[in-house]
Amino acid sequence: MKPPELVCPAGTPSAMRTAVDAGADAVYCGFQNATNARNFPGLNFTLPELEKSVAGAHAGGTRVLLAVNTFPPAGKVDLWKQAVDAGARIGVDAFIVADIGVADYIARTHPGIRLHLSVQAAAASPEAIRYYCREFNVMRVVLPRILTVPEIKSMAAEIPCEIETFIFGNHGLMVEGRCALTNYVTGLSTNMDGVCSPAAQVEYIRDDTGNLSTRLGDFTIDCFSCAENAGYPTICKGRYLTPAHDGAYYAFEEPISLNLSSLLPDLMQAGVSALKIEGRQRSRAYVKSVVSAYRRAVDSIMAGQDPQLDDLLALTEGQKQTQGAFESKRWR
Amino acid sequence: MTTSATPRQSLGFLRQRPRWAPPAPLFLLQPLLRRIAQTVAAENPDMFGRLGPHYNALFVIDPVDMPFILLLRPDPENLLLALHRRGNVPDHAARISGSFLDLLMLIDGDLDGDALFFGRKLSVTGNTEAIVCLRNALDDVEGSIAGTVANMFGFAGRAALEALRRASAKQGEPA
Repeated sequence: MKPPELVCPAGTPSAMRTAVDAGADAVYCGFQNATNARNFPGLNFTLPELEKSVAGAHAGGTRVLLAVNTFPPAGKVDLWKQAVDAGARIGVDAFIVADIGVADYIARTHPGIRLHLSVQAAAASPEAIRYYCREFNVMRVVLPRILTVPEIKSMAAEIPCEIETFIFGNHGLMVEGRCALTNYVTGLSTNMDGVCSPAAQVEYIRDDTGNLSTRLGDFTIDCFSCAENAGYPTICKGRYLTPAHDGAYYAFEEPISLNLSSLLPDLMQAGVSALKIEGRQRSRAYVKSVVSAYRRAVDSIMAGQDPQLDDLLALTEGQKQTQGAFESKRWR
Repeated sequence: MTTSATPRQSLGFLRQRPRWAPPAPLFLLQPLLRRIAQTVAAENPDMFGRLGPHYNALFVIDPVDMPFILLLRPDPENLLLALHRRGNVPDHAARISGSFLDLLMLIDGDLDGDALFFGRKLSVTGNTEAIVCLRNALDDVEGSIAGTVANMFGFAGRAALEALRRASAKQGEPA
C-alpha cells in the first residue's frame, strides 16, 4: 500500500511552518483575496509571504497546494489569473480549482503544474470526474463528504485520477460550491467572494445569565444556553422553528466535526491517495495537534500497527464528532 | 502529607495582595505595560498588517477571574496597552473574555480560540471582524509573546511564566 499524502491547512505563514514541522506531506493555502474559499479577514498570504513560505515548505520536504477554488464573477477573472500566474512563478506544486474557466486557464497556461479539483466543484460521480480529467488533465479530485467508504472504493476503480478525502474538520454536507445560504442573508457569496458568514456581519450577544445569541446580518441563527457548547455562526448550523418539528432544531446540520481516525485503514485500502485536514481558519495550536496526531496514525498504519490517535474532541465544533456519510448515509 | 495548589490557587498571587500592602495604583503599572507592548510590537512588526482597517480599534481583553481588564489599541504608531479596573471599562470596539490562563495561552498560540469558543470558555462581543483580525495577527506571531515578556524580567519573569504554564497544564490543557 502506497503511503497517503497528509494534506494540511495553512492559514498563515506561521501555521504553514507548524504544519511542516508536525509532519505534513503537503499544505494548502490561499492568497488574501476572493480567489480562495477561506477569504477571512486577517487570514491567508500576501505574495511575498507565500513566496517565502513555499521555499520554506520545500526545504522541509513539503509540497504546497494553492487554493484558487472560488468562482470568478463575470468580468473579474483577471484576479484569478493573476493568482494562478503568481503561484506558478513562486513554484507551488499544484492548484486546487473549482471553476472550469480557471481550470482551463491553468491547463493551457501552466500545463506543467498539477491540477486538483476542489471539493467546491462538488464532483461526486465518475462521469463528472472523468470529464474534468479529460478536459483539464486534473490529477486529483477532492471528493465531497457525502460518499461512503465502499462508494469511494468503487469510485477509485472508475476514475483515472487520485482521490483526496477530508478526514477531520468541517462536516461539510452542503452541496459545496453551490450553497447560497450566506449569499441570501448577507449579499456576499461563499462561492465567489470566498466568505461563508462574513465576520463583519456576525454578532454575538450574551445576556446576563450567560445565554449566547448568534446573529448573522438581520437574523438570529442560534441561541446557546450557558451549559451548551457552541458552533460556527453559519446558517447551515443554525437552529430554527419550523412546522415540521417541535421547538427549535438543527434543520440542516448540527455543529459537529468530521473525525475519520478509526476509518483511516479502510480509506487507505479503498485507494484514497491523500487525506485532508480542514481548518485554514484555525490556529497553529489546532494545526500542531491535529497534524501531529494524524501523522502518527498514518505512520502506524503503514508500519502495520493499530493507529493510536490522540483525543481530538476538544478541538471539534460543538465538541462533538462524527464519521458522517463515510460510515453510513444514515449518520443523523 | 504534601498538597499541590489547584490552578485557581496557583494564580492567587495575581489576584490577592498581602494584608499589609496597599492597593496597587494601576497607573504605576502603566509604564511597564507600555514597555511590554512596545517590545512585543518591535519584535513582531509584520503582525500589524493582518489587522487591516482595525489597527486602531480599542479591544478589551477581559480576564474574568481577575479584578482588572486590559485595554489594547494595536496601532503601531499609537500603541496602547493599559490596565483598567473592572468597574471602569472605557468605550471599546470589541471585548474578548476568558480566564486569565486561557487568554495567556491563546495569545501565545498554545490554545485554539475556536475550540475555547466552542466550549464556551471564551466569549467575544462587539466587532467580530476586528476580533478575527486580531486573532489572526496574534496567531501568526512566531514564537512566544509570553516568553518575550517573561524575558524582559529575567529569571523571575521566566519562573513566573513557567508557574503559569504549570497551572495551565494542571487544567488539562497544553502549555
